[in-house]
Amino acid sequence: MNDFDLKRVPLRDLNAHLHNDPTDEVTVKNPGGRHAIAVGIDAAIDVTIDGHVGYYCGGMNKRAKITVAGHAGPGVAENMMSGRVRVKGNASQYAGASGRGGTLIVEGSASARCGISMKGVDIVVAGDVGHMSAFMAQAGHLVVCGNAGQHLGDSLYEAVIFVRGQVGDLGADCIEKEMTPTHRQTLSRLLEQSGFQHSPDEFRRYGSARGLYHFDVDHADAY
Amino acid sequence: MPDDRALRESATFPASVLAEIHRAADQGIYDIRGFGAKRSVPGFDDLLFLGASMSRYPLEGYRETCATDVTLGTRFAKNPVDLKIPITIAGMSFGALGANAKEALGRAATLMGTSTTTGDGGMTEEERRSSKTLVYQVLPSRYGLNPDDLRRADALEVVVGQGAKPGGGGMLLGQKITHRVAGMRTLPVGIDQRSACRHPDWTGPDDLEIKIQELREITDWRIPIYIKVGATRVHYDTALAVKAGADVVVLDGMQGGTAATQDVFIEHVGIPTLPAVRMAVEALRELGVHREVQLIVSGGIRNGADAAKALALGADAVSIGSAAMVALGCNRAVHVDDYAALGTGPGYCHHCHTGRCPVGVATQDPELESRLRPEQGAKWVRNYLTTMVLEMQTLARACGKSHVLNLEPEDLSALTVEAAAMAKVPLAGTDWIPGNNP
Repeated sequence: MNDFDLKRVPLRDLNAHLHNDPTDEVTVKNPGGRHAIAVGIDAAIDVTIDGHVGYYCGGMNKRAKITVAGHAGPGVAENMMSGRVRVKGNASQYAGASGRGGTLIVEGSASARCGISMKGVDIVVAGDVGHMSAFMAQAGHLVVCGNAGQHLGDSLYEAVIFVRGQVGDLGADCIEKEMTPTHRQTLSRLLEQSGFQHSPDEFRRYGSARGLYHFDVDHADAY
Repeated sequence: MPDDRALRESATFPASVLAEIHRAADQGIYDIRGFGAKRSVPGFDDLLFLGASMSRYPLEGYRETCATDVTLGTRFAKNPVDLKIPITIAGMSFGALGANAKEALGRAATLMGTSTTTGDGGMTEEERRSSKTLVYQVLPSRYGLNPDDLRRADALEVVVGQGAKPGGGGMLLGQKITHRVAGMRTLPVGIDQRSACRHPDWTGPDDLEIKIQELREITDWRIPIYIKVGATRVHYDTALAVKAGADVVVLDGMQGGTAATQDVFIEHVGIPTLPAVRMAVEALRELGVHREVQLIVSGGIRNGADAAKALALGADAVSIGSAAMVALGCNRAVHVDDYAALGTGPGYCHHCHTGRCPVGVATQDPELESRLRPEQGAKWVRNYLTTMVLEMQTLARACGKSHVLNLEPEDLSALTVEAAAMAKVPLAGTDWIPGNNP
């Protein structure tokens, strides 16, 4: 157990500790909206942050379980590789951007571009997500237990999106698809892991129509 | 038989324009190609050095030392990058280039004591192993980006834009998306891959400043962070890169190359390298950080003279991409039938986008790639870089400089009014700098 009070200790000291032989459990007090808290960890440790964080908290995380007991600024868990990041409050823009693995859980809502360019991460949001979520998303799952904003899944590749509530509208090349037993199973697992009680039957699935995978002048009006 | 006297070509619709309209009518899509701008723009050929004579003393060409070393990233990084020569290898993706080409560039750079750079697609083992100093690009696509490669890089380069297409994202057509390339990029095999033009998790220089702070924290403030911009609004972009916390600004003029981009983008967006370097240096000087934040200039650098002129205008180093590919054999007159199969010939080829590179540089095809052996390619690039350095030293000594970085605008004279205005050096035979002293 190790406590870092960011009112007294520089952020550099915290991240250096997390990079170099960290203790199994680390608690961060008074984060005060600071940016780049607990970034670049490569260790199976538990990090709890008591308060709100700024940009890029948990960025590029590997293996660690990071809990933000507050709201998260833009780019929380960006380019995450593995492990788990849980935000007890809301998350700002680009949550989980370009994430390649692991799980990001947002217990509140996420803002615009949630899961933009995601490459394998699983993102589960208890509330709503903003516009352009899963833009150019390549792989992984985005689960939205509330509503999704406009242009969901625009220019989507192979990521899979599940939405329980309403969708503002779908972006270019994103379509609703059949919820197969395999998808229902995956969704059930993600909800259970995240601690959310919804039934997979309440969700609809969206994916890529794959119509833009090869440039065709007949699709020019899609851009 | 046509009467030659009646064959009058239209200046507005010359044969090349007619051919492009016919092509567009046939295909209904813009032309996509590789290489760089083919139009004529003011460039370093429009500048001349004023060698020493009565008022300046030259150095002996074969006896007196003319140093070439440069250190990049001295502003914030614990471990700046020390280079023996001020010529680096620019970012080119694995995907656009084959693994052999990337390895050859790494080997040559290592032999010469300089750096090479990854590209849109991540870091390959071949290039990491062969490159003593490797700059790792952080691009809008984030293909292959991971913290392990971040930490084993010698510097990071946040790519905001490139000279061939400022404002545009990467492009790699389906024929080059092999299993290995697709795997590195987390994409289906064989699709046309069009990268994002904006980064996914920051917008604007204030965000970028925070992004750079994150990258520094992840890498424990060890390695320099470059920001690469395509040359457009150079003064503002340079100043904002400095404000965002760059150790090094990489400025790529419109002559810079590309593996695949719309022809209209290549030829009609961005400004030439010549004015761009001067504008960047002015911005750095205004902020009082010239030489503290180093400037690397690329885009159409072909020889030691171009490099020396860029340094004289205030750059700290230059970077070569297309020229390095040419040294590897691009457009060399071999395998002529394969050029013909592409509808082109040696000297004219810009078909990097097809993946059918006749000399095995810009391809993922195993048979074509086998035409470029990394050992041979490294030797060619090393020889070419050696020649460039000797040329730079020759010019610097002639101007009385014991280090190539001591070259200065005062050593230059412009051949054309345009070059004088753009580089802000006097028109030859006058003391006139258009815009300065009308």
